[in-house]
Amino acid sequence: MPEASTLQLLLNAIVALVVLSAIFGAILGFASVRFKVEGNPLVEQVDALLPQTQCGQCGHPGCRPYAEAIVNEGEAINHCPPGGQTTINALADLLDIPAPELDEEHGEELDTKLVAYIREDECIGCTKCIQACPVDAILGAAKLMHTVIAAECTGCDLCVEPCPVDCIDMLPVPHGLHDWHWDTPASSAEQLSKVNLIATDRRPDIAA
Amino acid sequence: MNQPRQKIWNFHGGIHPPENKAQSLQGGIAPASLPERLVLPLNQHIGNPAEVTVKPGDKVLKGQKIAEATGLVSAPVHAPTSGTITGIEDHTIAHPSGLAAPCIILRPDGQEQWIERQSRETYRQQQPEELLNLIREAGIIGMGGAGFPSAVKLNPTHKINTLIINAAECEPYITADDALIRERAADILRGIDILAYILGEPADILIGIEDNKPEAITALGAAIAENAVESAIEVVVIPTKYPSGGEKQLIQILTGQEVPSGQLPSELGIVCQNVGSTHAIYRAICQGEPLLSRITTVSGKACSAPGNFEVLIGTPVAHLLAQAGFEETHCQRLIMGGPMMGFTLNNPKAPVIKTTNCLLAADHTESPSEVIAQACIRCGHCAEACPASLLPQQLYWYARAKDYEQLAAHHLPDCIECGACAYVCPSDIPLVQYYRAAKGEIRLMNEEAIASDRARQRFEYHQQRIERTEQEKAAKREARKKAAAEAKTKTANAQSATPTAQSDVVQAALARVSVDRATPEQTLARLERAVSAAQSRLEKAKGKLAASDPDDNKRGALEAAVEQHRIDYENATKKLAQHKAGAGQTKAPAQPSDQHQQGDIAADRAALAIQKAQQKAEQMAQMSETEKLKNQRDGLLKRLDKARARLEDAQASGDDNLDAFANAVDKLEAKLQQLDVELTATAPESTEEQT
Repeated sequence: MPEASTLQLLLNAIVALVVLSAIFGAILGFASVRFKVEGNPLVEQVDALLPQTQCGQCGHPGCRPYAEAIVNEGEAINHCPPGGQTTINALADLLDIPAPELDEEHGEELDTKLVAYIREDECIGCTKCIQACPVDAILGAAKLMHTVIAAECTGCDLCVEPCPVDCIDMLPVPHGLHDWHWDTPASSAEQLSKVNLIATDRRPDIAA
Repeated sequence: MNQPRQKIWNFHGGIHPPENKAQSLQGGIAPASLPERLVLPLNQHIGNPAEVTVKPGDKVLKGQKIAEATGLVSAPVHAPTSGTITGIEDHTIAHPSGLAAPCIILRPDGQEQWIERQSRETYRQQQPEELLNLIREAGIIGMGGAGFPSAVKLNPTHKINTLIINAAECEPYITADDALIRERAADILRGIDILAYILGEPADILIGIEDNKPEAITALGAAIAENAVESAIEVVVIPTKYPSGGEKQLIQILTGQEVPSGQLPSELGIVCQNVGSTHAIYRAICQGEPLLSRITTVSGKACSAPGNFEVLIGTPVAHLLAQAGFEETHCQRLIMGGPMMGFTLNNPKAPVIKTTNCLLAADHTESPSEVIAQACIRCGHCAEACPASLLPQQLYWYARAKDYEQLAAHHLPDCIECGACAYVCPSDIPLVQYYRAAKGEIRLMNEEAIASDRARQRFEYHQQRIERTEQEKAAKREARKKAAAEAKTKTANAQSATPTAQSDVVQAALARVSVDRATPEQTLARLERAVSAAQSRLEKAKGKLAASDPDDNKRGALEAAVEQHRIDYENATKKLAQHKAGAGQTKAPAQPSDQHQQGDIAADRAALAIQKAQQKAEQMAQMSETEKLKNQRDGLLKRLDKARARLEDAQASGDDNLDAFANAVDKLEAKLQQLDVELTATAPESTEEQT
């Protein structure tokens, strides 16, 4: 009976496929539970690229919220002045989108790092800056002088505005031996532009 | 004991630059003269800067510690001669940046007064830990150029089976170690013996020395022959090739082992020490002298009398150069260190430090003016020359592109910056400077990454703390709310526990009485006050009336007011009289003689009131519901009338409490209405009667 055997084959194939799909479905289901990734790993990656200044210039209360906004709400990646173009390029690289220019509305990129400095004679000990500091880098107590732990200060500027006596300055971080390193040599083209190669370069009077 | 070592190995690459060593080996080691001032940087080593322990104006002795090591990887600084500390200030130091760093300035007094020195010739009877501490306290660091504190290097975590003394000195021009071995081979052997003892007697003790130093090799051989030190020291002569003096390269030559990337030689059981450091260790242990001076080669065609000098640490470079016949006009470039790995020194005021092995005053033939780099032609010579088996041209491209990932993948950290690649480069590309720049940038980036990680962590802690305080506040609020609710239900329960309406009445009466009881004398006083107030009001009104114009139409109102005040006054006096009489009456039966027993009187009154209230309650209980309500209504009506009268009085007299009176009337009216409703509900016929 040819019809019956064909039917048998068809049934066999269907049964085999169903069994296979059931097995793989079970494996996938198990894996999705067992190897579930907590949180959004992309947020972590974006957060790792942000400068962690916690300055809020992007309009979000810290770097992580901005990272979450970039990933979940499609926020533009050019809202971070402390990170500057380097951060924008790195983010664009990660998210595989074209790198825009820094949005100047959120602030300008500074070429020097800043650190907050409290003029301690003028401090009245109001603790307002302590409350404003996102990284707890200001020490002090009510009615006692405050001071900034320079090593922990991210230069976010958030403590300057709340100070009622305006005794906080943002100072550029001094350069010194600790951050000195050799400069990359000038490229050949740059060197050539400075140096006289041929006789007329050295003796303009000959050329004239 | 050991068989003479026949086999030596080779390392990849290497170059053979002109040696130029003979110039500075004409004479022996000459002592450098005492300069007018010594400049002692606090950070002459790798690790934490030392911490100053003296202050300006202090007199110090030769060998006295003037700055203390901070942390494990650090080294102290000692006064190289006796004198006065004149300042602790930033001064230009010997560094490629030419930047200033904190230094101690010492003005020598020329007395050379030593601190008390303790010789420990019998070091083998002391604990190795004690010796290590002595080495650390003597401020000894790797004197070949790197400047790593020796005490840390001599305290490895692994078992050491090979001690290598680095006497290769492969860089051109430099002969400091050569001169040192020629003159002080016996001292060096003692130093090696100390090291061997500290390291737990390694099986192999090898001195690696290049074959271009035959005199030094002979001196060492002679010293070994005549000095009976306990360790079996073997001098291994290796072929001259740059950079065989690199630690990893020398280890490979002598043992055939390659130190893996990112590992230390001690992990292979090998410790390598510079011959200069070994000599300093000998002095520290056997003579009790900390590291105060070193041998420095001064060479180059701009020096008419090149040679090796035993120079005090802190001597300004210019002072040392002057003794070697330095001619500034001939000097094209002043280099600290050798021509391969040294750096240009822009300011000769910088001092000689513990790692300064050479000063090279090169004229234009030795150091041609800056050549222009040509394009990389991918010839591959650099890769052939690299002693670390790296790919210099790949590193060059990635360094130019600032591709730090690829640089790491091509093992940039393994580059020892020996300069062999740049030496062989036909395009004169300053390859090493590219690598140094890239290394510096990577270091800064890593530091920034660490800082930003810490900022992230601190921010997260900050957020958590704020959240926690918020939660605590909310919890407190919740607890207070709960407590208030409980208190409320408790009082409500207590009230509901008092059973019937009957006792409610009694309670109310009691309350009223208690008010009365509290104020027997105050009532009198109040009444008296009321009388006097009414009197004064009456008199004021009379005065106003008298003062007013007789034709004024307001006069009628004033007259009425006077009349009203008069009535008030009379009422008040009447009330007072009544009260006095009442008090007298109640007083009489109880305690006629005692005026001060008013509390008792009040109590009697209270008892009376209670009785009355109880009677009333009984009556009420006996009465029907309708009658009760009617009674209540009558009472209310009475009170309402009183209240209305009071309100009118108040309106007439312009009392301050007008509002309160009006309010009371309103309330009473409302109550009356409610009662009326109840009455209609309970007994329609009686309401009919009422209306």
